[in-house]
Amino acid sequence: MARPYANPYLAGMALGGVLLSCFVLTGQGLGASGAFASAGSALLHAVAPRQAGNTWFQGYLQAGPWWSAWLVIELLGVIAGAAVSAWLHGRLRLAVERPAGMRARSRLAAAGAGGILMGIGSVLACGCTSGQALSGGALLSAGSWTFMLAVFISGYATMPLLRRLWP
Amino acid sequence: MNFSNSLPLALVIGIGFGAALEMAGLGNACKLAGQFTLRDFTVLKVMFSAIVTAMLGSFWLGRLGLADLGAFYVPDTFLLAQGIGGLVFGAGFALSGLCPGTSCVALASGRLDGLAAAGGMLGGVLLAGLAMPALAAVYRTGAFGSYTLPEAFGLPYGVVVALVTLLALGMFALAEQWERRP
Repeated sequence: MARPYANPYLAGMALGGVLLSCFVLTGQGLGASGAFASAGSALLHAVAPRQAGNTWFQGYLQAGPWWSAWLVIELLGVIAGAAVSAWLHGRLRLAVERPAGMRARSRLAAAGAGGILMGIGSVLACGCTSGQALSGGALLSAGSWTFMLAVFISGYATMPLLRRLWP
Repeated sequence: MNFSNSLPLALVIGIGFGAALEMAGLGNACKLAGQFTLRDFTVLKVMFSAIVTAMLGSFWLGRLGLADLGAFYVPDTFLLAQGIGGLVFGAGFALSGLCPGTSCVALASGRLDGLAAAGGMLGGVLLAGLAMPALAAVYRTGAFGSYTLPEAFGLPYGVVVALVTLLALGMFALAEQWERRP
């Protein structure tokens, strides 16, 4: 039986504690999209090396093997930590999370399409909700707050168009 | 002390990050989508509790001389790229009900929509990476380097810290009131 989620303020403070420890111990914040960029660059280089020649991909490729990038290891930690927590709380379950009545296939297509947009957005913004909104936000970066504001404006502007997806 | 290249530390920090997100319920796309359908403000509450905790923590550690706030890496500001990037990202966030980090939390909990979002993310990163030479001009508009809100508004750092804390508390109060409305 799945146990209820934690109090959001306490969970948020715990997350803030992890972020603060990361600042103090490494001098940098958390991230997620950077790991996709490292892995993606390596994948492209393996499949179509000529396409991976521009300076953006080269920046990631020359930093060393993708599996030894700090953010890749951190994101593997995220997956491990989340899996253990989901298991301990009885929430580990193979399923497609979707509103009642929605077909799994539509939900997966929407999730994938949203992922593509987030990939493009996080490359443009040099980070995502982790590296920009959370980490840059806590250090009061003007660009990070611009990103965060744009994400919320766009999220609220898009949602009314998605009534069939999220009733 | 600097462990910026320590991979075991990266793993430990990641585990804490993933566990905190999962416990908050942020591996559940329906819960995240609630932020934008105005039914569930968990995203706002978790995100701003985390931002305020880390912001106050780093500010006071710096003030008490226990850490060098100036040595913390502040992401560079590219106003146009980050504004456009945020608009594109926000649409994707609403569509998938997940963000890059939480898509990994969802897939770690066995949710296939998390896997789909993460797969899409990889594709989107590659598409944008391929287009990068054509996008270079976007980064030249509003490129301020390391640029903070206190610098932008000409206010002391501590004042902005206090204002952000008040903003967060105000939003929490509104969210609680909204969720309890009849």
